[in-house]
Amino acid sequence: MSEADWLALRVTLALSAVTTGVLLVLGTPLAWWLARSRSRLAVVLESVVALPLVLPPTVLGFYMLVLLGPRGPVGGTLEALGLHHLAFTFTGLVVASTVYSLPFMVQPLKDAFAAVGGRMTEAAATLRAGPWDRFFTVVVPLSRRGFLTALTLTFAHTVGEFGVVLMVGGNIPGETRVLSIAIYDHAEALDYASAHVLSGGLLAASFLLLLAVYAVNRRYRMLHP
Amino acid sequence: MSIEARLRLAYAAFTLDVDLDLPGRGVTALFGPSGSGKTTLLRAIAGLERAPGGRLVVNGETWQDEGVFLPTHRRPLGYVFQEASLFPHLTVLGNLEYGERRVPAAARRVSLAQAVELLGIGHLLARRPERLSGGERQRVAIARALALSPRLLLMDEPLAALDMKLKREILPYLDRLHDALEIPVLYVSHAPDEVGRLADHVVLMEAGRVAASGAITALTTRLDLPLAHGDAAAAVVEAVVAGHDAAYELTFLDFPGGRLTLPRHAVEVGQRVRLRIQARDVSLTLEPQTGTSILNILPATVTGLAADSPGQVMVGLDVGGAPLLSRITRKSADALGLAPGRAIHAQVKGVAILD
Repeated sequence: MSEADWLALRVTLALSAVTTGVLLVLGTPLAWWLARSRSRLAVVLESVVALPLVLPPTVLGFYMLVLLGPRGPVGGTLEALGLHHLAFTFTGLVVASTVYSLPFMVQPLKDAFAAVGGRMTEAAATLRAGPWDRFFTVVVPLSRRGFLTALTLTFAHTVGEFGVVLMVGGNIPGETRVLSIAIYDHAEALDYASAHVLSGGLLAASFLLLLAVYAVNRRYRMLHP
Repeated sequence: MSIEARLRLAYAAFTLDVDLDLPGRGVTALFGPSGSGKTTLLRAIAGLERAPGGRLVVNGETWQDEGVFLPTHRRPLGYVFQEASLFPHLTVLGNLEYGERRVPAAARRVSLAQAVELLGIGHLLARRPERLSGGERQRVAIARALALSPRLLLMDEPLAALDMKLKREILPYLDRLHDALEIPVLYVSHAPDEVGRLADHVVLMEAGRVAASGAITALTTRLDLPLAHGDAAAAVVEAVVAGHDAAYELTFLDFPGGRLTLPRHAVEVGQRVRLRIQARDVSLTLEPQTGTSILNILPATVTGLAADSPGQVMVGLDVGGAPLLSRITRKSADALGLAPGRAIHAQVKGVAILD
């Protein structure tokens, strides 16, 4: 693997890790609210959260570019404040990936929270546990499988994104050039050997990651039916 | 010592509207058909349902009033759900400690060891809930609630999900609870035998309202209430064991209406027991019979009559201050010329000790 490919791998892992972290913080309360709310707004929000599953990544990427670019509402505001807009930056990529991978964090968490149900939290409330206490001592431990699934899917999905990155991030080595872009470049340049190394590595790593998660979840289910 | 609850809660198809003043000690049964609002009332008392504008004062502590609403976790109560609702990720001991640890040391009056002892679950502490039987699970849930040293114990049909065999396994523990601890209990049930056995006070619920509220001995014999009608109608009587007859293997029980004789039971002299005398086991006679196999013949006064079925009449009796019921045919009632105030003799064929 060339120096440039190693760099692309580093950017990819950094992007996935940061995105997963941001989504854990933002997605957990959102999933909790969606799992419990009876408001009509919840249905609307649920659909919005699921949008990235069906939209072409280029559509999402295009709007993110408009939004984060120098003339967009977000990018423009940053410029007016004397900061740099976010198009073609690592931060911009993180913002776009967060939106793109949102359903992969929120859906498994929402399902897990719904399965824990009101009964367990009510029992905890009668045992003198306040709302935060209940969440961390009852809901989180009982949603372990959901968290594991959500974290893995989010990370793996972010590693694999292409269209959004291409639109928002471009191809700046060390900043926005991720593995999927590097593979595309190698294939374009007919350097199939390098493309094989990266593609094969990504395929194997993704499979092993999912295998590990599903094995753990299955084992857990058999131990605690 | 009292529990004052004025709670109103309206759903689309159901309204709970109660104004209750309950004794702040002993077991109070919330009794009524399903859908009558028993569980909703219990949940509102626990703060699991919000009843805006309500008022709830438990032994001097205001849990809810204008501008005051203590959330559930700030109310010093224990709650036993119909399903045990143990935390599956903790062991039995972990479940017990979960609540106990959250109670300030100064407020602890029931120790964890005491709760474990009382419910007989010492051998289960290291197990996970999924490896317990239904009855064991419910005992752990009760111990978990007790270990909170609650000022009020709320129990929502804790035996409903269990079969007869498991019920019999748990009932003695509930009796011990009643005798050993000074914690007022609100007990939701629709099983007359459980209520007769455990309750001191009964609240009769009907369509979200309180149909009647009073001491169990009075309420089970009030002819204007459904509890005193039908096949299961029975009077609950408190009695003291007076002695045994070794030769004939008999037990004598004294109650305000006199002495009852029944086949020998494993009870101790001086022990207080609760008896159930079913209406269909009490017959009436104008003159005390001689030459009969019935041992228990007690002088009584008729307090009232009410139609029970087209051919049967429920007769309310006063036996030395203790109320009893007798179900006889309408034909017999007419033949005996029964009317309130009439002096008569009650022949009691069957007495059940509820312990």
